[in-house]
Amino acid sequence: MVHARLVRFGGAMKKVQFNTRSVPYLLLLPQLSIVAIFFLWPAAEAVRSSFYLEDPFGFGATFVGFDNFIDTVTSSDYARVARFTTVFTLLVTFLSLGIALLLAVKADKVLRGASSYKTLLMWVYAVAPPVAGLIGVMMFDQHVGPMVDFFALFGWEMQIGVNYFDTGFAMTATAIWKQIPVNFIFFLSGLQGISKSVQEAASIDCRSGFRRFWTVTFPLLAPTGFFLLIINITYAMFDTFGIIDVVLKGEPGNNPVTLVYKVFLDGFRGNDLGGSSAQSVILMILVFVLTVIQFRLIERRVHYT
Amino acid sequence: MKRIKFSDHVILLAGVFFMVAPVALAFLTSTHDAVTIYKSGMQFTFGDQFLQNYETVLTRAGGFTKEVDGLVMLKNSLILGLGFAIGKIIISMLAAYAIVYFRFPFASLCFWVIFCTLLLPLEVRILPSYEIVQGLGMVNTYSGLIVPLIASATGTFFFRQFFLSVPDELLEAARIDGAGPWKFFIDILVPLSKTMIAAIFIIMFVYGWNQYLWPTLITTEESLFTLVRGIKQIMQVWIGAQIPDFNEAMALAILAMLPPVVIVVIFQSWFIKGLVESDK
Amino acid sequence: MATITLDSVRKVYAGNVEAVKGVSIDIQDGEFIVLVGPSGCGKSTLLRMVAGLEDITTGEVKIGERVVNNVDPADRDIAMVFQNYALYPHMSVYNNLAYGLKNRGMAKGEIDRRVKEAARILEIGEYLDRKPRALSGGQRQRVAMGRAIVREPAAFLFDEPLSNLDAKLRVQMRVEIKRLQKSLGTTSVYVTHDQLEAMTLADRLVVLNKGNIEQIGAPIEVYDRPASTFVASFIGSPAMNLLPVSANGSGLQLEGGEGLSGPNTYGRDKYTVGIRPEHLRVVDAGSSHPDAGLSLDLVVNVLEPVGAESFVYASFAKGGPEMVIRVSNHARYQPGEKLQLIADAQDVHFFDGGNGKRI
Repeated sequence: MVHARLVRFGGAMKKVQFNTRSVPYLLLLPQLSIVAIFFLWPAAEAVRSSFYLEDPFGFGATFVGFDNFIDTVTSSDYARVARFTTVFTLLVTFLSLGIALLLAVKADKVLRGASSYKTLLMWVYAVAPPVAGLIGVMMFDQHVGPMVDFFALFGWEMQIGVNYFDTGFAMTATAIWKQIPVNFIFFLSGLQGISKSVQEAASIDCRSGFRRFWTVTFPLLAPTGFFLLIINITYAMFDTFGIIDVVLKGEPGNNPVTLVYKVFLDGFRGNDLGGSSAQSVILMILVFVLTVIQFRLIERRVHYT
Repeated sequence: MKRIKFSDHVILLAGVFFMVAPVALAFLTSTHDAVTIYKSGMQFTFGDQFLQNYETVLTRAGGFTKEVDGLVMLKNSLILGLGFAIGKIIISMLAAYAIVYFRFPFASLCFWVIFCTLLLPLEVRILPSYEIVQGLGMVNTYSGLIVPLIASATGTFFFRQFFLSVPDELLEAARIDGAGPWKFFIDILVPLSKTMIAAIFIIMFVYGWNQYLWPTLITTEESLFTLVRGIKQIMQVWIGAQIPDFNEAMALAILAMLPPVVIVVIFQSWFIKGLVESDK
Repeated sequence: MATITLDSVRKVYAGNVEAVKGVSIDIQDGEFIVLVGPSGCGKSTLLRMVAGLEDITTGEVKIGERVVNNVDPADRDIAMVFQNYALYPHMSVYNNLAYGLKNRGMAKGEIDRRVKEAARILEIGEYLDRKPRALSGGQRQRVAMGRAIVREPAAFLFDEPLSNLDAKLRVQMRVEIKRLQKSLGTTSVYVTHDQLEAMTLADRLVVLNKGNIEQIGAPIEVYDRPASTFVASFIGSPAMNLLPVSANGSGLQLEGGEGLSGPNTYGRDKYTVGIRPEHLRVVDAGSSHPDAGLSLDLVVNVLEPVGAESFVYASFAKGGPEMVIRVSNHARYQPGEKLQLIADAQDVHFFDGGNGKRI
């Protein structure tokens, strides 16, 4: 999910509150029961089964301690997937942030057509990842894809679904395309939030527009940037599932997949419940660390605003 | 003074091209017949099969699916999008109201329990979630499709943020005016949140409409397929097909993106406000 | 209409912060009481305890004959005007006024009559259909007042209601609030940090400092006989001049300096001596004034004309605190000019050099 895993903790209290006893529990009941049944329970289940080896024929489970984790982490397949996930995440994050920042800076500058540019650059937000994946599949299709024809001009014979690198390329390009709008929206509103007088002061102090950007605008945007960094990493790791599934046409074979996709594959296709759960738990820890970093960064955000 | 250069527009136009061209191409391709596409690739012109292709996708069962047509999938997508957005808004407003405006034992425990749902996306706990929903007999039901998605507390935090920004004096004035907890909520807080509700509705509707993994697992009966879920079906039909129905696949893709895109574009300012402000 | 009685009211916040330290006040029926003090003195907390928006740690608050410590704000028969007005932004002016009456189940006709009457008194009749955001600051202020009036409560509580208005409007509304309160005769408690507002509005002033009452009294009484150096420096603008002095035989001497003479009336060792700027008179240099309560030799720093009068800022030749002297607007003193000033004995205030209490 693109939008926030963000909370502000400071000043989280109202001066005056109601003291009614039963009402708050009544209000919280729907949310809490949904969280308990559809979140806490499955999460606990994932942690539990990561320590068990499930009998493939359904004859109970044996406690195996950390074996599932050790098997997972030491398998060469997992290492390969982790490597691809890292490269994929880095590329998606930095390229979509970079392109979005460039476009936002330009869109903030122009007056004529500003709102049209804005609309045309942000609407892809609403396109579902698998739909983006489907269009990506068409664009890179061996028979009908114009991108294949285009790269053929440079002597690159793309073979999506067959060639590991080519498939990864198509996934990455589609994932970047889908993520630019969110980054663009945040960067643009970040830019528009910089006070006019600061910009005017900067234009008196500094002649070069380029220098002005790096010394004044960019540092002021940094809080937004840090925040987006986390959002983008989370997106690349989890929310690209639909894109990957469609690009692979549900048949991964020898093609690149991300860690989350592998959790799904091992759990639902491979029937390796323990291994899949162990991978889930590893990802949970990863997300937890990201969230902690995010909170650290929020404190910095507060400084600027 | 900002000096606007010609190159700024060139860069922006290139960006617009990059964002728009794939979808434009998909749309144009969806107006041709399958054989043309198979022979000469994606199309750059508007073809003569527009009405026919879209009519086929919308009304004929048994293209990519065996039993349902596009209209049924459209209906299911609407149910998922609306059900998710409305359910989430109601549940999360109530919870946020309790957290912000009441003093009660275990308040911070409740807060943290809800907060920790933000830590784990559905994708990492997908297998046990599926098994639990299956155990509850909710596979192939709308509630099984919608309710588990509501578990994530994003909406609760949007509203919490917003409620915290409402001046304390309004509650004080209302209390002196004799309003109890329910009256304050209905008479003051809900009307005050109108813009916020609209913004979150748009974000949540798009999020619900665009769900893929969960519907893929939970709905195996075609009568419950959403448009986005239908995309998966295309892939399965394509494998081994002689001449894939590229045209109808693209038509389905366009249909699946049209409603959320239209909503986001029309209610752009609310949507952006909701997205950006709630993230602070 | 009712009396309000505060009996040893204390407020302790979490973390053992004592915001109000045992305050007792008897407010008469129809009286206009102003709580005044610097920020953090506990005046708002005190008001909010009367309103029922803050719990009372110990002590008792009575409205009329009823102890209201555990009574809900809505049932205390009070109305409050907030600093930021706290108008319901989504309701029309009419509904803002009517909301509290509706919640009490009042008949529609009676609500309408009261709202129209309040609107007439406050001259906001033509805005009744508007939303608060379509009003100016002054108009919003009137609506907030209207919301209090329609309730016809036993008491009005005002929490710095004028501090968001510009200076001119503030003076105008001040006069209006006073007139309104007199004509309605409703007991009122008014919180402000502005001593001028406090002086002009109050029947009686309550000067608060760090959670304690420094002085209660009619404005002019408080001005003429401040109970402590705190009150002396807080009430009056420019503030009273305060000088640390010590005994020098039968006379007085400025601590760490010269240029001051006067009789040691109370026979103590250390004082803080206070003189209001308007009580210092310029006399001929070198002349002798044996009857004067205090005689000072000062050097002019700057002359500040404010129109109807001027203020001279001057200090002793050997340093010490800067003094303010109110002079005629025709005076033309130059920086560096030496002045001799005297004050009559009855205009010199003596405070204890240690605790600052009036002697």
